[in-house]
Amino acid sequence: MMKLREIAHSRTGDKGNISNISVIAYKQEDYETIKKSVTPEKVKAYFSGIVKGRIIVYQLPNLWALNIVMYEALGGGVTRSLSLDTHGKSLSSLLMDMEIEEEENEAN
Amino acid sequence: MKKIRIGGGAGYGGDRIEPAVDLIRFGNLDYIIFECLAERTIALAQQKKMKDSKKGYNELLEYRMSKILPLLKEHKVRIITNMGAANPRAAMEVTGRMAREYGLNDLKIVCVIGDDIIDKIEKYMDFEILETGEKLETIADDIVSANAYIGTAGIVKALEQGADIVISGRVADPALTLAPAVYEFGWSMTDYDKLGKGTVMGHLLECGAQVCGGYFADPPYKEVPELWNVGFPIGEITEEGDITISKLKSAGGLVSRETVSEQLIYEIHDPAAYYTPDVVADFTGITLEELDGAVTVRGASGKEKNGKYKVSVAYRDGFIGEGEIGYTGSGAKKRAEMALEIVRRRVEPWRDKIEEEKYDIIGVNSLHGDITGLNPKEPSECRVRVAVRSKDKAVAEMISKEVEALYTNGPAGGGGVRQHLREVIAIASIFVPDKDIQVETVLWEGGK
Repeated sequence: MMKLREIAHSRTGDKGNISNISVIAYKQEDYETIKKSVTPEKVKAYFSGIVKGRIIVYQLPNLWALNIVMYEALGGGVTRSLSLDTHGKSLSSLLMDMEIEEEENEAN
Repeated sequence: MKKIRIGGGAGYGGDRIEPAVDLIRFGNLDYIIFECLAERTIALAQQKKMKDSKKGYNELLEYRMSKILPLLKEHKVRIITNMGAANPRAAMEVTGRMAREYGLNDLKIVCVIGDDIIDKIEKYMDFEILETGEKLETIADDIVSANAYIGTAGIVKALEQGADIVISGRVADPALTLAPAVYEFGWSMTDYDKLGKGTVMGHLLECGAQVCGGYFADPPYKEVPELWNVGFPIGEITEEGDITISKLKSAGGLVSRETVSEQLIYEIHDPAAYYTPDVVADFTGITLEELDGAVTVRGASGKEKNGKYKVSVAYRDGFIGEGEIGYTGSGAKKRAEMALEIVRRRVEPWRDKIEEEKYDIIGVNSLHGDITGLNPKEPSECRVRVAVRSKDKAVAEMISKEVEALYTNGPAGGGGVRQHLREVIAIASIFVPDKDIQVETVLWEGGK
């Protein structure tokens, strides 16, 4: 196992009560690994205490990246949330700590 | 091939001005944009305008103009900004008078109006609020402002009128950048691929330093040189729509494949359908090429817009009261937990008037909630935070008083109480038909 942070970087954005988190592979060869590891189910389980709604993971293969869109994720939205981080900006750093399976090297 | 250079002069309403000044002086720019409106900013500005009809524009307008205007004598850079917020006319008047004081008598200043539809809001009471599915009439008594996200049309018209400075209220953020490209290259408003490309450049420039290494550093994985001196971006776009993002060599930060990728995906949902009033941009075909401190962005495209304008309706939605107190030394976390439990029990009599309440220990769980196992070590200091939302101002205020009362009525060693109360200005979005929005420009005529 390793942390997602070893192979990917990330930034969080917000619109209303929706949070989006990018997961971008540093190297093209790791794109398949993040695609396999970062599924809506896994993200939902990881953020179970935070995200109340559905999660969609969009793929951007040209950019070796995923865009995770999470609904009902910001405690009612930036203007009403009681959270200290009303925008959910810090969620990207949290996601980078998620443990994922290391890919077996196919040559071995 | 014809191309233009546009600087990103601000990433938000309160952003730093120094990097923008450097861009104007050394960036060889044709335009500089200042994107200064967040979702809620315009509602706060509207409240200021209601108190004083000459206010309601960006609070840093005078400060920014005092730094920018003197440079325009030597540097022919046109300025496009949404610093007009709730009052573009007043922002134009102020800017015009300041320009004259600096001896810039020939400067043409134009404002764009038509986004503010508060006078017509009664028409839309039957319309559905996107966030809740309820009708707009459910919040009718509490509405503060209503502004449509307008597109490039007003800004393009202002540029055609010869504007050196264009000041708008609510416009779609990328329109600040797309408009000069449309104007300079004569792009057709149905050439959706080109409009998509211009929109992508706008998206990359509108957050200032965020594409130049700002909001990026995470050592040892992501290192950013001289972040203290991080620069703002320069976007160069050709009439074919090829984009190059760079920064001044003298500025700190970096423009790389990674910084551009993060900003491309920032605050978007479906990358194949990024909605704006001018075009639905498609990011999925984008490829990046990094070369010598700059990144070339190609392959964006677009589809026809949906014929509707999104309108942000701001409304008063109760009050949020917060209180904080700190504990340190051995057992700090234990005492912090005890403090939270005490407040929880003491607010019981008001609970039916509280819509939502939150109990945090900053340093333990305030940002990540219940995700455990991340930091198993006992923290050496803890800060307790209690927040509640209530329609009743007195109830919201009461909670912060209960945190203060932990001084003499709580666990040992609590210190550093902070209290905060604010009115909640929430946002409801509706879609209105294109034909309802009339965008106009007004030319400054010297305060005559």
